Formats: sequence, C-alpha cells, structure tokens
Amino acid sequence: MTQFGELDFNRREVVAGASACTALTILPLTARAEAATVGSPPVLSPVAFTVNGERRELQLDTRTTLLDAVREHLHLTGAKKGCDHGQCGACTMIVGGRRINSCLTLAVMHQDDDITTIEGLGKPGALHPMQAAFVKHDGYQCGFCTPGQICSSVAVLAEIEAGIPSHVTVDLTAKTELTTIEIRERMSGNICRCGAYSNIVDAMTEVAGRQG
Amino acid sequence: MKFDTPAGRNPIDQLKVIGKPTDRIEGPYKVTGTAPYAYDWHDPTLTPLYGFVVGSGVAKGRIAGMDLTTAKAAPGVVTIVTAETAGPLGLGQFNTAPLLGGPEVAHYHQAVALVVAESFEQARAAAALVRVDYDEAKGAFDLAASRGSAKAAKIQTNPAETAIGNFEAAFGKAAVRLEETYTTPNEAHAMMEPHASIASWEGDALTVWTSNQMIDRSVSDIVKTLKMPKEKVRLISPFIGGGFGGKLWIRSDVILAALGARQAGRPVKVALTRPLMFNNTVHRSGTIQRIRIGADTDGTIIAIGHESWSGNQVGGRPEGAVAQTRLLYAGSNRMTAERVAALDLPESNAMRAPGEAPGLMALEMAVDEMADRLGMDPVQFRIKNDTQVDPEKPERPFSQRQLVAALRDGAERFGWSKRVATPGQVRDGRWRVGLGVAAAFRNNQVMKSGARVRLGADGMVTVETDMTDIGTGTYTIIGQTAAEMMGVTLDKVVVRLGDSSFPISSGSGGQWGANSSTSGVYAACAKLREAVTQKLGFNSDDAVFEDSQVRSGNRSLPLAEAGELVAEDAIEFEGLANKYQQSTFGAHFVEVGVDAATAEIRVRRMLAVCAGGRILNPKSARSQVIGAMTMGVGAALMEELVVDKTRGFFVNHDLAGYEVPVHADIPHQEVIFLDEVDPISSPMKAKGVGELGICGCAAAVANAIYNATGIRVRDYPITLDKLLERMPDAA
Amino acid sequence: MRAFSYERPTTPAEAASAIAARPDAKFIAGGTNLLDLMKLQIEMPAHLVDVNGLGLDKIEPTAEGGLRIGALVRNTDLAADGRVRKEYGVLSRAIVAGASGQLRNKATTAGNLLQRTRCPYFYDTAQACNKRQPGSGCAAIGGISRQLGVIGTSEACIATNPGDMSVALRVLDATVETVDAKGATRTIPIAEFHRLPGDTPQVETALKPGELITAVSLPRPVGGTHFYRKVRDRASYAFALVSVAAIVQRDGSGRVAFGGLAPKPWRVEAAEADLPEGAKRVADRAFAEAKPTRDNAFKLKLAERALDAVLTEARG
Repeated sequence: MTQFGELDFNRREVVAGASACTALTILPLTARAEAATVGSPPVLSPVAFTVNGERRELQLDTRTTLLDAVREHLHLTGAKKGCDHGQCGACTMIVGGRRINSCLTLAVMHQDDDITTIEGLGKPGALHPMQAAFVKHDGYQCGFCTPGQICSSVAVLAEIEAGIPSHVTVDLTAKTELTTIEIRERMSGNICRCGAYSNIVDAMTEVAGRQG
Repeated sequence: MKFDTPAGRNPIDQLKVIGKPTDRIEGPYKVTGTAPYAYDWHDPTLTPLYGFVVGSGVAKGRIAGMDLTTAKAAPGVVTIVTAETAGPLGLGQFNTAPLLGGPEVAHYHQAVALVVAESFEQARAAAALVRVDYDEAKGAFDLAASRGSAKAAKIQTNPAETAIGNFEAAFGKAAVRLEETYTTPNEAHAMMEPHASIASWEGDALTVWTSNQMIDRSVSDIVKTLKMPKEKVRLISPFIGGGFGGKLWIRSDVILAALGARQAGRPVKVALTRPLMFNNTVHRSGTIQRIRIGADTDGTIIAIGHESWSGNQVGGRPEGAVAQTRLLYAGSNRMTAERVAALDLPESNAMRAPGEAPGLMALEMAVDEMADRLGMDPVQFRIKNDTQVDPEKPERPFSQRQLVAALRDGAERFGWSKRVATPGQVRDGRWRVGLGVAAAFRNNQVMKSGARVRLGADGMVTVETDMTDIGTGTYTIIGQTAAEMMGVTLDKVVVRLGDSSFPISSGSGGQWGANSSTSGVYAACAKLREAVTQKLGFNSDDAVFEDSQVRSGNRSLPLAEAGELVAEDAIEFEGLANKYQQSTFGAHFVEVGVDAATAEIRVRRMLAVCAGGRILNPKSARSQVIGAMTMGVGAALMEELVVDKTRGFFVNHDLAGYEVPVHADIPHQEVIFLDEVDPISSPMKAKGVGELGICGCAAAVANAIYNATGIRVRDYPITLDKLLERMPDAA
Repeated sequence: MRAFSYERPTTPAEAASAIAARPDAKFIAGGTNLLDLMKLQIEMPAHLVDVNGLGLDKIEPTAEGGLRIGALVRNTDLAADGRVRKEYGVLSRAIVAGASGQLRNKATTAGNLLQRTRCPYFYDTAQACNKRQPGSGCAAIGGISRQLGVIGTSEACIATNPGDMSVALRVLDATVETVDAKGATRTIPIAEFHRLPGDTPQVETALKPGELITAVSLPRPVGGTHFYRKVRDRASYAFALVSVAAIVQRDGSGRVAFGGLAPKPWRVEAAEADLPEGAKRVADRAFAEAKPTRDNAFKLKLAERALDAVLTEARG
C-alpha cells in the first residue's frame, strides 16, 4: 500500500483568512423557531450516534443530513454526494443493519443509531472481503460510487439471506434465491455511470459463494 | 523525445509488467472511501466557507434587477458573488457561454450568483432568497426548426464539407439505394461526481482542488477567465469521479469558488447540485443526420453520403457526427457535411466519443438497413466494403485495421449464424428476441505528454505528471510503464497525478490518454535510464534493467546504487499521422428481448471485439469497454435530455428524470481484445479503447430490436412508445 | 431549505397536537420524499414533528380477519411480511417494484401514501405549477408530458400520483386510519383518500390539516392470483409509465387498478365486470373519460396491453 507514499496527495499548506467559528443561533431542542420568515436563524440540536463503532456527539443545524454530518462534521468522506436526492445511491450507509440513502435523512433523527460507513468496513491493508473482491474484479472505475456500491453489496447479501423479496423474486412464499438476476435488481439503487455493473456482480457473486 | 518514425523493439516489449491484468494500484483507496475527490479535502489548514450557485430561471434574456438584501442578511452569509461584484471576466478558450451570467443570460441555469456562507445549509437557504428579475427574451430551442439556418462548420481536422468523386451522380444511378434521416437526442455526461471545487487564495496566488480531466488547459482557462498570471494558479485533481468529456474544461464551480474565496477572504468550496448540473454545464448536442448509401446489387458501396445538423450556442462547435463516415467503408463517391445551428439551449460540447458515438448510432443503423435491402447478412455486407486505406486518400494506409477480424471473431463467438434474418420470428416466452451487430470505429489521436520520474535512494521510482485518472486506470498503467522501463516491480513505483505543478501531460480525453501519457512516461524513463547508466558507469546501449538491478555484460549493480536522480521529458508526435491513418476498430454484438405485449426492451447478451493496439492492462481496459457498452445501452434505450421548446431548457434535470442504465439493465458483458501492436502509434504501440466501446454499440442494440420486431425506429432513444403501435401482436 | 425546529413526540395525540398548533409544521417519517422537496424549496416547513417514535410500526391481525399495518411500518418490512406475501401478494409485489432497496428501508406506509407527484415542472421552482404555487399556472400543459396523467387530470394540473404501493392498496380496498389533534379517529376508504386535482391541485388527499395517519387496514384476503405489472423504460429504479395491480379469480373475475395514469390510483369498479371479456373491454370502460396529451397517449394502449399480459398470465 505504498503506491501513494503516505497518502501524500500533494496537500498544500494554505493560510486560512479567518477563523472557523460559525455564527449560529443556539436554541434548546424543544424550542420552536420563530414563525415563518425564511431567513430565520438555524436551529441547533445535539445528537449522538455510533459511527463505525465510535460514539460521536455533535451539535448540528437541524437541516444537516446524515450524509453531510458524517462528511462535513466528522470528515469521513467515503460516502459521496452524487445527487443529494436519493436518485443515485452514492451516499449509501448501513444504519441499524439496513442500507439507506444518507442524503435523505436528517442527522438529528439518528439519536443512538448504529451507523456503518465504508470506512467502517475495512481499511487499505485490511480490506473487508467485499472491498477486496471489488479490487480483484475491477468493480469500479472512477471510484466515486464505489463506497455506496460496496455498502449496498454487503447489505444486499444480508437481505437475500434474510429472505426479503425483490421485484424479480419469482415465488413470494419460497426461500429467496441468490442469483445474478436478484443481485442486479437489488443493486439497481446504486448507479455507476462508468458502467462497472457486470464486474460488480462478479465481485458479489464471489463473496456470496464464499459466504454460502 | 520526438516520435516520428515507427517504434522499434524497446523495453516495453518485454511485457513483464505491461500487458498484465493488474489490479488498480489506487484500488484499496477507492474501495475504502479514502481516495480524496475534490469536495472531500479536509485539510486542517482549510476551513472553507460553502458556496451555493444560483442558476438563471430563464433561458435567454437579461437580468433587470437583483435584490440581494434578504439573502445577504440571512444567517451565516458572508458574501454573494454576482457579475457585478466579479467585474469583467474573460472567456476560457474551451468555454462558449460565460460561466457567470449577468446582465445577459445565455442559457437556463447559467450561474448568476454564488451565495457564500458559513455552512452548506445556510448557503443553500440564503440562495433561495436571492431575488432576480429577468427581461425574458425569445430564443431558439428547437434543432429541427432551426435546421434551415444551420451553418457549415469544421471541427478539429475535419472540414465542414468533403466530396470525393461524384456522389450525386453515383447515388442517382445506384441499383440499391437508401436515403433516411436519423435523430439522436441531447445527452448528458451525468458522471457520478458533480463538478466541485475548493478555492483558496494566498495573496495573489490561487489553489483550486477540483475535478478535471485536462489540468494544463484548465489552468490556462482559469488564467484567461480571471485575468491573472499562469504561474499564480495551481490546480489539483488527483481523483475524478467520472468525466466522459464533461470535465475537459473548467465550469462554473471553479470560477465561482475562486471569486467567492477572493471576495470572502477565505477558502470556499462549491459543488454544483445535481438538479443544476444538467442545464448549467455542457451536454452532447442532439443531431439530425441524413444518410444516403448507394450500392451495386452485389453489395458493393458506390456512393456514401452523410450530413449532420447539431445545435450549439453561437460560436460553439458542431457535434461532428459525420467524421467516421469518411473512413469506415470503401466507396469511390463520397460526401459529408457538418452543420451547426445557433440555439439558446445550454452549451453543447464533447462527450465520450464526440461525433463518432452519435454518428455511428445513425450510420450503423443505415448500414444494417442497407444490408436488409440488399438481402445480405449485415456482417458480410460490412466485410465486403472494408478498406485498408483511407478511402479519400488511397495512398494513405491504416496503420492497423482489424474490422473484418473483429466482425468474424465476434460472429463466431456470439453464435451469429443462428440469427434468423427475417425479423420478428424468434420468441422466448413473453419476449421477442433479436440479434444485432454494428461496427465500432474511433480514431486514434495522439497528444504531446510529459512526465517527471525520480529514482530514490531506496530504489523507489516516483512518477509525476499532470495526467488524470478519470476511472480509466491511468494510475496503474503509468505505474506499469515505469516499472517495465526501470526494471522494478509495480510495488516499487509511486504514481502522482493531477497536479499542475507536475509536467504537462496529454490529459484524459478523446481516447488519447492511455497511449499518450504512458508514452510521456516512457520518454522520461528513457532519460532516467540514461542518467542511471551514466552514474553507474554502464554503457547505455546494452544495459538491462531487471529485478531492481542494472546489468551490462557480467557486471550488475542495484538500481538504488545510482542514488537520487530525476529525469523529465515529454513525448512529441510528429509526422506519422499524415502518412498513416490511425484508428481503432471493433464489432458489437447484442441480443435483445422485446416484451411482446408492452414493448419493454431488455438487453440479454452483449459482446464487443476490439482492436485498439497493445492493451496495456487487460483488466482496466476491459472495464473501459464494458462501461462504454453500458453507456451505449443508455444511448440506445433511455438517455435523452428532453427539451421544453417554449421555455428553452432540459426538463428532466435530475437523475430520476434523466435515466441512465442501472444494474438491472445490464447483462453479463463479454469483451475480446484482438492481438495488435501498433508501432506507428507510439513507443507503447498502444492506442485506446475507452471510446471505441461506445461507438456502434447503440446501433447494435437498435439493429437487434429491428431483428426482434421488424420495427425500425430511427429516432433515439428507442423507447417502448415508439414500438407499441407497430408491435406484431398489437392488433 | 429554510431553518426548522424539530421535535420527536412519543404518542400520536402529542404528534397531532404539535402539528395542529402550527400551520407551518409537517410530520416527518422516512423523509425520503419530504427532504427531497425541502432541499428544492418546494416544501418549506418551519417545524418538523418526527413521528418515528410513536410506536406505529406493527403489522397486526384484525378481528375481521384482515391486517392492520402501522403507519410507520417500513416498505421493506411490509413487503417481507409473511402474511402479506401469502395473502396480499399484490401489495408485496407493488412495494418491491418501487424505488430502491435503500429507499424502501426508510420509506413508511403512511409516507408512501402521501408521496407527491414527480412532475418535472412541480420540481422546478422557476416553472409555473398550480400544485406548488396555486394560481401560477401549469407549465406541463403544453410542455413535456410523456410521464404525466391521461385521466382524472384537470385544466389546472396533469400530474400523476407516482406511487406503486397505493395502487395495490386500491385493489385491496384498504382503509386509512387517522387521528387528529383532539384525539378523534376516523377511517378513510382508500378510494376517497387521494383527490383529483380539479381547480385545487395543491390539495392531494382527504386528510385535514394536522390529521395523522396511524394505520392502513386491509380487509380479509380475497384469494385469487395477485399481479403487479410495472412498465417503465429502464428495468428498475424508475417510476411507472403504467402499472397494473390486479387480483384475478379462477373464473376470470377480479379487480384491477392502474398506476402512472392519473392523479390517484385509477380503478373503475364498473369496468371490472368486463375482466372475463378481456383487457380491451375493461380499458375501454375504465379509460372512457381519458384526455391524454400527444406525448402520453401511448399510455392508454400500454395500460391495455399490460392488463392483457396479466390476464394472459392469469389464464396460465
């Protein structure tokens, strides 16, 4: 893992022109915003949840999505903002054991939740089997949708195992089968514009086989 | 290093590292979410403000007034950038419409303001409070309606009009004739990573972390737009979340982040929102294409003509959809014409295989239709009209041309002989099944490309070049090139890309990146080898670099012994392109099912056979091709920026409205690379495949739909509503 | 997105009264549609009442032999429920035909019923839309309307209801249970739940301000073979051009509702009598009042052919 030295991506020292403190109005959780002017001040709310096994406590503008909380406040930038509207899947995280679009949920709604992001699955040098399979099968190109694809992949295999049906499940009352058709349908909420789909299915099939 | 004579044997030919299906060296970072894309930088010294772009609510007109009072007073707002605060801006060489509008509005969602605030949430909320009054003007938004006013336009080296022999006469007397009009829609790059930038000023020096395919060009355009000296700009773009041409230039995020940071006195980060991107940035123009083919009854083409109309902002380029028709098939009477109509839609610009991709969507359907009229198998018809020389200049051969081999090999592998030529005959349950074929063709462009290579005292080799990896596998093939040249294993190579402080490269575009940039690394490595042999006292002519050792005769020394050395060079291509036509070829085979009741179309099997010179890394090259095939399926079946011709904008401006293929649309894809090395192309003897894979693919899908149903749809995308009424069982 | 305050009550009555107190407040459940719209300034609540803590997440048998589905039951759980799969297959099928796995994990039963239209002009605040901004006009009429409504539309609005689940609930004759701020409960038949636009397209359901959906009830199972046929351009993760929810009995009788055609799930009970006669007869009656645009007239043919395919499959 020395391809980039110590991940030296040529950061440049820059001098920040002003301090980083923000001018937010802090209100208690139960307080209600002044009615109605659209330029009303932000409402801050405390929230605490577990991210990748670590308890995190934040004071957040209520408008902050889970995605932005994790990216902009915790600086875990693996989950990506591809559309911010639930139309691409790049922001997929596993919350309470289920994959969700982290762009379409508010951080303050996740008090005490257990959140896994791509960073929680594995690290360079200690990859999760699904991450390793993506490398082996070239299940990516630009890499931007990849964290979401991998979080989804891990969750999809669990969903099939749990017998959750899908649009292509032939018999709703029989045991759900692990087929490439099932994988493709279930992964369809993760768009890859580079078109690595065929390879992603190969990676998942290999991991599923190993699990099975 | 000048490249002006065909390459002889060189260290790359050892193929110890090059040509191996190596995993991507940056892969572990991508799969763990630790590869930093533009908006991901969280340098502790950067505490950026957030910028949110306000796009124009009209397509054409003038801003009559802007009221920023409420927005400025909104919580957290630091500053607002508008044309007024920005002062006069230049226009980049690779931009047609200004990146910041006002008072004139050039297109819908053109940026008219950037609201800069302490948080993203505050910037977004305040952006909604910017009040803009427009004097809306009437515009031209309909390519078909503006077709008559289109003007002849050249693109790159292709003249606006070409004529060989006497097309009209030959076509007029041809025994079998086809004359049809085809249309392709406006298409969006829709790369997964929105355009994003973080800009930071240190005095009068600007650093921008961004997502960009062409670093040096883009630095030049920043300089031109902001009117500042080139040495004061640094652009950093080590990871790019897809580009497909959409990031060949700077867009509004770069300039607005820079202006916002200057105005605020603090770094500013800006990402275009997805609903803004489709109209704010560029797209592939829609085309209207008229194709005429005349042939003898034995299938010999005697006349071939291709005309294309596309649209763009005034001063913008045409799509270039006729270029491949000058070269793909034989025929002694030929004509092409390229015209562009002035439209007030957002700016059109290059998208993956500009010209060829939509050009072949039409041409390769026309060729299929022609084969049908001749009663010939479409594979055989293409083979019959193959040419090994430039049909316009027969003295100019193709350096390599394996179209026939690709067609034959693909037909064999795909089971083409089982195809039922009469359409609408094959049924599999609810599906009508058909097979389609199309030729793939994309020219090989070569670009000057530089690199710097360092040998460390530890024997590590570090390559630095401003080349970019847009998902193409560039990190890995550059590493492979350096490893092969310096006789080390790949883990002894560090590759650093995408920084304007590195030597200027070809950048990524036009399928030239892999071949050109690795050739630049080859040149720098050749120079480093010289320096090493000199330092170690070897005769450079017979020195062998192998296993981290340098050997000459029976003398052998560790490479690391040479100590720290740096070499920089660039590859410069001269002359061979005039003597030889360099192109890449392939063949697409597709099987589709069309639902007999609803006409839903699903692709069942896909195969591409490609000949693109030496394949530097078969694993990442194959990924390039399957990705391009996937985009080809999108172009065939679903992708269309739908124009509201009254209000002048792309209506479906998000990823729910602009449909691109999802997992469920794509079957297992087969890719075969034919053996090919092309010493005319470069010392790497490579070409490219990233755009070849999309070329012809959509037509193969269209031809398969025809074979399944007997219905010819000449207007892409081929959606079920265009088939429904004519389906065989539709009575 | 404007700033908003946030609270998470623990009983339905508290939630309803929290909303009743403020006209600018909204319930939030899964959030997958509301947040989408808030980001675009289409929805602009100043206060959000998070209903996820209300305990409305159970699926229970009713005394009448049906099922009572809590308002907060996630789409995934509803589709995966053993009783639903066995007795109400059309509902499972409809749910898994919609959205993506990620969205179904968040989206709730009540939220799905309240899903707003996907009309692109509704989604673009620079365009006229009577639903978003009453009285501003409808840019979709005369604009791009391939995805939009062919029946039940009005001069003011031609948007469709984009849901899949609600189409299945319509053929199942579900009822929607609610509570208001005063604690009063009522049930609304699904047929009356979604409104046609008329000249008030901004009013989409029969819910009164502040009224909270607590459950959706299904009557006793009606047997038969269950179908949900969704037709779209891409194979998944797309809204329906047309969908058909059908329950077909052995004798050829049955029920059918259509999605993608109208501002509400489209079911014409009178037309169902013709099911044994085939799809054309049903379509002719069910779509008699259709007013398609040039862009979307194909939907009528498509709906008929999709139904025909379903009936063919039902005949086995």
